[in-house]
Amino acid sequence: MIFHHLILRVVTKLLVGTIILFALYVQFHGDFSPGGGFQAGVIMAVAFILYGIVFSLESVKKVFPEWLVHKILALGVLIYACTGIATMLLGYDFLDYDAFAPLHPTHGQHWGLLAIEFGVGVTVTGVMVAIYYAFAGRPPSLPDEDW
Amino acid sequence: MANTALVAEHTARTLYDHLPLLQVLVPFCAAPLIVLLGSRRLAWPLAFVSSAVALIISVMLMMSVREGGYISYTMGGWSPPLGIEYRIDTVNAYVLMLISAIGTVVLPFAYVSVKDEILSKNHSLFYACWMLCLTGLLGMVATGDAFNVFVFLEISSLSTYVLVAQGAARDRRALTAAYDYLIMGTIGATFFVIGLGMLYMATGTLNMADLADRIADQGANRTVRSGFAFIVVGLGLKVAMFPLHLWLPKAYTFAPSAVTVFLSATATKAALYVLMRFIFSVYHPDFSFTTNALEIIFLPLAIIAMFSASFIAAFQINFKRMLAYSSIAQVGYMLLGIAILTETGLTAALLHMFNHGLAKALLFMGVGALVLRTGGAFYTQISGLGRKMPLTCGAIVVGGLSLIGVPGTAGFLSKWLLVQAALERVSENSLFLLVSIAIVLSSLLAVVYVWRVFEVLYLREPNPDSTATEAPLMMLIPMWILAGSCLWFGLSTDFLYDIANQAALGLLDGSMGMLDSNKTLGVE
Repeated sequence: MIFHHLILRVVTKLLVGTIILFALYVQFHGDFSPGGGFQAGVIMAVAFILYGIVFSLESVKKVFPEWLVHKILALGVLIYACTGIATMLLGYDFLDYDAFAPLHPTHGQHWGLLAIEFGVGVTVTGVMVAIYYAFAGRPPSLPDEDW
Repeated sequence: MANTALVAEHTARTLYDHLPLLQVLVPFCAAPLIVLLGSRRLAWPLAFVSSAVALIISVMLMMSVREGGYISYTMGGWSPPLGIEYRIDTVNAYVLMLISAIGTVVLPFAYVSVKDEILSKNHSLFYACWMLCLTGLLGMVATGDAFNVFVFLEISSLSTYVLVAQGAARDRRALTAAYDYLIMGTIGATFFVIGLGMLYMATGTLNMADLADRIADQGANRTVRSGFAFIVVGLGLKVAMFPLHLWLPKAYTFAPSAVTVFLSATATKAALYVLMRFIFSVYHPDFSFTTNALEIIFLPLAIIAMFSASFIAAFQINFKRMLAYSSIAQVGYMLLGIAILTETGLTAALLHMFNHGLAKALLFMGVGALVLRTGGAFYTQISGLGRKMPLTCGAIVVGGLSLIGVPGTAGFLSKWLLVQAALERVSENSLFLLVSIAIVLSSLLAVVYVWRVFEVLYLREPNPDSTATEAPLMMLIPMWILAGSCLWFGLSTDFLYDIANQAALGLLDGSMGMLDSNKTLGVE
């Protein structure tokens, strides 16, 4: 049990949820206010990174294990690509979101953008957390046989 | 629905219309899918199937643009020059075919080689990187948008650095090789993008056809010229143009065998294609600075590369390293073909691109097979294996002959055309007589370094304690497919020659411009 940095730990616990909520807001409100997938992804990753900094790398890896980070990385890209494939299968150009609502292209664009931005957000979350894991998980010095 | 009247009639696209995109999209989707599945067993089949699909698509594209003309594909319904455009003409399709064919043929070879050379926990990520690299190379060739070229160039480069570094499981020097390549490659990409920035500043557009139109309209100015300089140097690094080649020998020597095979036949070729695209389509060779660059810079550097790299290759004691130096020399031939700046010269350059891709891939596969059986590619390790691994060494002989340019192999045709191209220009400038002599003389150097390998493989006594046996079938089949095509394209020359000639004509015509493409898109 860790006993030091009580204030930091309490504040972090309070903040993490809010940060995630804010990330989701930026993600899904990106079409009406500043924001979008990239910013949302970074904010989402910040929640995990903050948790990792305050509570140690091991505990954040329990919440968000490394294998999951790698899957999420790839998943976001696939969501993006599959949105494009969906428009193709609907008979339109790649990533031509009109396809989702041919009679009301503005809505189509809206939905398409939400879908791809979600993909971007997922991947960016993964990438940011993966970078943090890679740096934080580095051994202090390399053993000789690793050279 | 009140809106219905406002919405334009839409004709559904068929999958056939999407071919230019699918060419890039299929291998691209394979990469995240491999990571997502994370299965060592599924990674290879997925990679192989998507490369094979890419190959089929590239052949279909080739069929439709073989007689000239082009296909334009727009992303997201934004018509060019605003939107990103993929534009496939004969030159593109030709290079796409080379890259996807090599990508497909190498994979069965890689299956065995990767198992042997790379830690098993990295296998699925390795194939994901491989597919990303393929995507990047195909993308930078398929796209008609200058900035998109940069994006794909980075995709292919970044994955290449990772692939090269995978050689570290066998030899730690792969790490420094990959790092060197990373630094040089990044400088190259930076120069390229600075050049693009200047072009964008001068013209306000990034679509290649539109760029060409606008540069032609406004003529050359200092920004356009310095953009050209930056682009040539940046791509020169990627192509391994002579003084900018330093990353190449190390990267090729220490990369895993399969990666070397793949890169040697595709990476420099794709960069060379982009270079040609910029010299001939974006900037027109009518500009005096383009012609000057070709004659004063490319021509002498190409000849120096042909000699110096061949000379260094002749003194190597490692088969793989020798081939790496030979690659630099062969890039010299291609650059020479471009610098001669005639139809024949360009045809020769394009043909040599393909023929050298086949021969070099074959030779590096041979090295990979020898490494699999002996653990190294030093001449002392592989001596006398001609008797123990007859099929492998037979294929190496075919590749070596094609590299020299012996009649009856594919390499002969392109070198012959190159000499012819140089001789055609003798009447204008008698120095070209020297150029043609230089081509022949440097081919003699190729005889020297290839002969050394033959001697090592066939005439020396094998190591008494060597237990090498014939390479597995998964390696022999791709090797002999390539060996067969080296011979086939050497004997039946029409098919490739016609395509390369058509491609050269297309390049020399310059860009087809923007206006034309609006017609094909149905935009008024």
